[in-house]
Amino acid sequence: MLLKIEKRPEPSRKMVYVTPVLALLLTVVTSMALFEFLGVNPVEALRNFFIVPINNKYGATELLVKATPLILCAIGLSVGFRANVWNIGAEGQLTFGAIVGGGVFVYFHDVDSVFLLPIMIAMGALGGAIWGGIPAFLKTRFNANEILTSLMLVYVALLLLSFLVHGPWRDPDGFNFPESRVFSDSATMPVLLEGTRLHFGTILALLAVFGTWIMLAKTLVGFQVKVIGAAPKAGAYAGFSQKKIIWFSLLFGGALAGIAGVSEVAGPVGQLLPSISPGYGFTAIIVAFLGRLHPAGIIFAGLLMALTYLGGETAQINLGLPVAVTGVFQGMVLFYLLACDVLVNYRFRFNKIGKVTS
Amino acid sequence: MGDGGTPHGALKPRLELRGITKAFPGVLANDKIDLKILPGEIHALLGENGAGKSTLVKIIYGVLEADEGDLLWNGVPLRIASPHAARKLGIGMIFQHFSLFEAMTVTENIALGLPGRQNMAELARRIVEVSNNYGLPLEPHRHVHTLSVGEKQRIEIVRCLLQNPKLLIMDEPTSVLTPQEADKMFETLRRLADEGVSILYISHKLDEIKALCHKATILRGGKYITECDPTQETSKSLAEMMIGTNLVAPEHVENATRGEVRLKIRDLSMETSDQFGVNLSQINLDVRAGEVMGIAGVAGNGQVEFLEALSGEVLSQDPANIQLDGKPIGKLGPVERRNLRLAFVPEDRLGHGSVPEMDLVDNAFLSAYSQKKLLKAGFIDRSTTTAFAEEIVQKFDVRTAGVSHTAGSLSGGNLQKFIVGREMLQDPRLIIIAHPTWGVDAGAAAAIHQAIIDLAENGAAVLVVSQDLDELFAISDQIAVIAEGRLSVNRNIREITIEEIGLLMGGTHGAGERKEVSSVA
Repeated sequence: MLLKIEKRPEPSRKMVYVTPVLALLLTVVTSMALFEFLGVNPVEALRNFFIVPINNKYGATELLVKATPLILCAIGLSVGFRANVWNIGAEGQLTFGAIVGGGVFVYFHDVDSVFLLPIMIAMGALGGAIWGGIPAFLKTRFNANEILTSLMLVYVALLLLSFLVHGPWRDPDGFNFPESRVFSDSATMPVLLEGTRLHFGTILALLAVFGTWIMLAKTLVGFQVKVIGAAPKAGAYAGFSQKKIIWFSLLFGGALAGIAGVSEVAGPVGQLLPSISPGYGFTAIIVAFLGRLHPAGIIFAGLLMALTYLGGETAQINLGLPVAVTGVFQGMVLFYLLACDVLVNYRFRFNKIGKVTS
Repeated sequence: MGDGGTPHGALKPRLELRGITKAFPGVLANDKIDLKILPGEIHALLGENGAGKSTLVKIIYGVLEADEGDLLWNGVPLRIASPHAARKLGIGMIFQHFSLFEAMTVTENIALGLPGRQNMAELARRIVEVSNNYGLPLEPHRHVHTLSVGEKQRIEIVRCLLQNPKLLIMDEPTSVLTPQEADKMFETLRRLADEGVSILYISHKLDEIKALCHKATILRGGKYITECDPTQETSKSLAEMMIGTNLVAPEHVENATRGEVRLKIRDLSMETSDQFGVNLSQINLDVRAGEVMGIAGVAGNGQVEFLEALSGEVLSQDPANIQLDGKPIGKLGPVERRNLRLAFVPEDRLGHGSVPEMDLVDNAFLSAYSQKKLLKAGFIDRSTTTAFAEEIVQKFDVRTAGVSHTAGSLSGGNLQKFIVGREMLQDPRLIIIAHPTWGVDAGAAAAIHQAIIDLAENGAAVLVVSQDLDELFAISDQIAVIAEGRLSVNRNIREITIEEIGLLMGGTHGAGERKEVSSVA
């Protein structure tokens, strides 16, 4: 018997939903083996990873806090991915958005106005869009690969942030620690639930999900994104400009990542630090694909990936597992998802050995 | 005609199928089909799209496995488990849809289809030799993505011939050749047949089958209808056996008065963006209201560039190079041209004229949203778009289970009817159609031809680019030939012979004719 891979006549709609679940199951099985190898009871490890972190109110809201930047970034990225624009620099766009948005506070820290926060959010979006616009310019003008340029700009933004908080933007009363002033109340995201860190950024993320959903399903620009991604020549035939869509998706993705950056520094972080994100912008790539590039799916995937951050911390505290387990787990999810996605377009068939038999 | 002589009945068939049955979910694609091909016989397989030809051929070639029935190779029953096994037996296949890697060269693609490791330089030499022998010129070092449809098909043919097949399966091989080239290939096929090679020949060009084939097996709706001697049948009787009803030829009323000039092309020259493309040189043409202008030519002679210039996907240097109703449109993009009621049916149905992954509603929206006002306050009006898609399906007899199915799930003929319908229902003043019935079955082709003629009679100007001369003779009022990026002067269809067109297609009169055009203009 020989296992044979055979192309399906039409992509399986069922498999589109089955493969993320399958990928998760495979990840869980593999990580259980890994825990066993590390000398930890696998069931106990999984309980600490997935259940303990969210079995109280504070934990549940923390899940939303972590999911917020993931969902914001992933929604923006998903639009690009649909148009075959491979922006993998959301981390940099998030960081530059935080710099530009947070910079507003650094210069106007003594202003106490209701307009301060909205201006910071707007500037954060602008900053993210600028950082996304650079790869767009390089791609449309010089045909430079956006995968490389957007990725390299991540490190530029991280180093820029580091320079700023070590130098010009350092808190004058901060005992020389590399951090900015702590954001004042009028520069901080309102907390939604007393006693937790759940903040207004989550609402922004939900608005982004809803708005993007409408845009993709109902508007001409959303239609253009889908057509350019699926069949660029059909897009040219319909008169859609590929360059415009490249610009649009990078500016859009950058702006949302920028908002995520502001909502972090003006939310749970509360000031500009050398490091403001545990790789949300990169994890968002996994979130976008695990969510099938669909706004609703991205919410679920965002929550799940947020859980891996919390679970990694809990597992570290309770079981002494290294925090890198989070990264391993996230990597496995993407790895298995990409592998399982073969099932969307292909199916397996058992066949006799491919020889002529009489 | 059968000048190769009908093979003797005493011979053992090279391939015999008995009661082949193959079911797919919901359809019985092959229902007890019998087929017998003798050594040295050219055997036609005739049937509309959906008649079960492709399924049957895939079973022979080992791509699919029959549910029931026997396959005998030289009298020995066996199972062909894979195309690899089929090739080992000596079965070669030229698919209608190419299986080529776009980013690789001609030689690399051919090497991939051959068993074992190849010496690339040696292979390139053999490719040139074989391709020249059979009148199918190929440059071994070119990348496939730069080739036209016709040239891609040549790769497939040469790839098969390199393997010295015993049975050659050909799926509409001549649709991209000039009459002279096709004649040359027929000679080749006859020679191969004389050498003892069996050929299973699938085509919808009935004249061709009559001229070339010794036997024909006719399928309809997955069933075996009959085996006949095509030389003893008329094209009409063959077509009627194929579609099971009486066939009506497209009605073509001579337009006594031709209307005003709709499309005016003046000194259109274009540099191609493709390093292996063809530059357009000084093209001049007038197309009048109520007239069908046919543009003949072999693939890769500038048709791609000409069509891009007309659709607005590539802009011309001077706006006045292309004029619609006297208005210069050379610098307008596709949407602006559509708004002036220019409609366009591109050559490639999947991926150019439609988005395969999207449903028919989205594909109706694709090119019609502006003309049909399918955007309301910036939002896609899904219900009006659905109604429009349903109108196309109904008026153009598109066979589909519903407009929510993807364009990619439609058969070639049905998708073509959908695209033609979408463009025609936008009430165009000028419509440009590339290869309207390439690879489309007889029934759908007749419907599309009739629609083109009706549209012209209602006053639209029609420009058809095609390699199928029978088609152009059936529907055109005027015909011009494109060769090496130059367009000949157009002639009345009644005053030109196939031979003259064939010579123009070879580019013999290109330069002289062009001067004539300029002086007329």
